[in-house]
Amino acid sequence: MFRVELMKAWRRWRTYLLAAALGGIPVLIVIAVKLSPPTSADSGDAPPFLFQILRNGLFAPLTGLAVIQPFFLPLAAGLLAGDAVAGEAQAGTLRYLLVRPVARTRLVLGKYGAAMALLGLLLLWVVGCGAFWGGVVFGFKPLPTLSGTTLSVAQASLRILAAAGYILLGVSGIAAIGVCISTLTDSGPGAIVATVILGITSEIVDQIPNLRVIHPYLPTHGWLAFTDLFRFPVEWGGMRGGVLISAAYTAVFLTVALVSFSRRDVVA
Amino acid sequence: MTALVTRGLTKRYDGVNVVDSLDLTVNHGELYGFLGPNGAGKTTTIRMALGLIFPSGGEVELLGEPMFRRGRDHALRRTGALIEEPAFYRFLSGRRNLEAFARAGGDGEEARRRLSRIDEVLEQVGLSPAGDKRVKAYSQGMRQRLGIALALLGRPEVLVLDEPTNGLDPAGMREVRLLLRRLADGGTTVFVSSHLLAEVEVMCDRVGVLSRGRLVAEGPPGNLRGGAEHLRIEVGDPERAAAILRALAGVAGIEGEGRVLRVHLDGANPAQVNAALVSGGVAVSALVSERDTLEDVFMSLVEGSGVQG
Ligand SMILES: Nc1ncnc2c1ncn2[C@@H]1O[C@H](COP(=O)(O)OP(=O)(O)OP(=O)(O)O)[C@@H](O)[C@H]1O
Ligand SMILES: [Mg+2]
Repeated sequence: MFRVELMKAWRRWRTYLLAAALGGIPVLIVIAVKLSPPTSADSGDAPPFLFQILRNGLFAPLTGLAVIQPFFLPLAAGLLAGDAVAGEAQAGTLRYLLVRPVARTRLVLGKYGAAMALLGLLLLWVVGCGAFWGGVVFGFKPLPTLSGTTLSVAQASLRILAAAGYILLGVSGIAAIGVCISTLTDSGPGAIVATVILGITSEIVDQIPNLRVIHPYLPTHGWLAFTDLFRFPVEWGGMRGGVLISAAYTAVFLTVALVSFSRRDVVA
Repeated sequence: MTALVTRGLTKRYDGVNVVDSLDLTVNHGELYGFLGPNGAGKTTTIRMALGLIFPSGGEVELLGEPMFRRGRDHALRRTGALIEEPAFYRFLSGRRNLEAFARAGGDGEEARRRLSRIDEVLEQVGLSPAGDKRVKAYSQGMRQRLGIALALLGRPEVLVLDEPTNGLDPAGMREVRLLLRRLADGGTTVFVSSHLLAEVEVMCDRVGVLSRGRLVAEGPPGNLRGGAEHLRIEVGDPERAAAILRALAGVAGIEGEGRVLRVHLDGANPAQVNAALVSGGVAVSALVSERDTLEDVFMSLVEGSGVQG
């Protein structure tokens, strides 16, 4: 199931559109910064990394990750996880998979695994595009941390990869919610939109001070904690919380998906 | 061994038994035609037989394995199916679709055997030249052929096909009929639904007629038709003729289409009918005894036309 999913993604235009959109972002950042070097005066409203990218190509992948996270990441999770089962139902291929037979549990888990693998590849792609163009245009230099110390190029590269890994763990909860929605409907676009909206709503709610009590329980609450990797020493608290929340969402929603799908009539 | 058994199989939708206490037995190696008008419950029965939807009551056994328990996967692996209509990944070629479905079930020996049969089944359904085209670009008949190819891919012991000739041209229909007959003669059990009586009549060993979710008749097509006969009579004055015949003992029913009457007999013989008409002053220009066709039987069993539901 898993391998077939990757093969299907490989032969689908949608995958390349998504990759082009995501890979283009760090490239755009590099171009924008190259064309109009920000002065310290207008760096106030620019994202924090944007100012320093000028001096260091390593900032391109990192800024790329930071920029895609709030919107493009939920979108990618929706397209990959939300469409997972509902898309097959809509195409009618779901019934042919089930009589092949693919056990319903294996189908759901395989779909989730494939969605996560593709999200991971997309994140690596963003890092790769950013590193390549950032390196070509600006070269790599030791990276200043948020605490004022510096990281060697090798250390910084490892931390950037770790950040991508953490971001992937962070989106695993939204992906599980997406797969769960996907087992409940026969409309692919419906499940995609619902997943994207839930992800973005969670981020918006996370910004509303009055709702502070529920913030720690939001699936996206820990997303920005990857910046803690660039402190000295690294602060693990925020990321630990983020991973726990994602794991909890993944466990709950995958269980709901497995249980509801195992007894559902597949008529599409 | 029996290939497919249903016992008291029932599916209720919105308080209506769409499939109603259905008892079916399909024997190994037979070609069974599952006949019924639109909405009779054929597809619903097939979905339950393959475990896609859950019965409201009763049970299904496929190749001796209860469908809603553990052994089902073993049975499904030995079954090929076309359900309602074929469905494929439109962005992949026909060949890659077969590959995807072969691999989706695992990557062991069984998947390899399926992969090695792709060329053969494409050939069998006459799709070899279009195998590398994307399914997006297929005509309806080509998709139908690919659907049959997919059902055949695992060299199944049981084939469950829901209206396999849907959308095929006459030559294609004939090819499929011959193919199914050949498979059944080679020992494959074929369970095929249809509303095309003629098709079922020429190819099936046994036919079951479904109406409003119930099996209303079952048997070899010849037996089902039985020995029932009717007379086709052409007369000058059909109204007068009908009145005379209604009064005659041994006549079961009369239907008229213009100057032609169809007279169903129940005891009377053609000579008596002729004599009665002539002595009543009706000119008889033709009188032919015809055996009831399966269509006659079918129409009387399913009570008229229109959608059931
Ligand atoms: N998911 C569903 N929800 C409600 N009613 C349904 C559902 N699926 C089927 N039905 C009803 O069940 C009845 C039987 O449908 P089914 O598709 O089994 O008929 P069929 O014999 O295959 O007809 P056709 O020859 O048109 O394919 C119909 O009245 C249909 O409206
Ligand atoms: Mg049907």
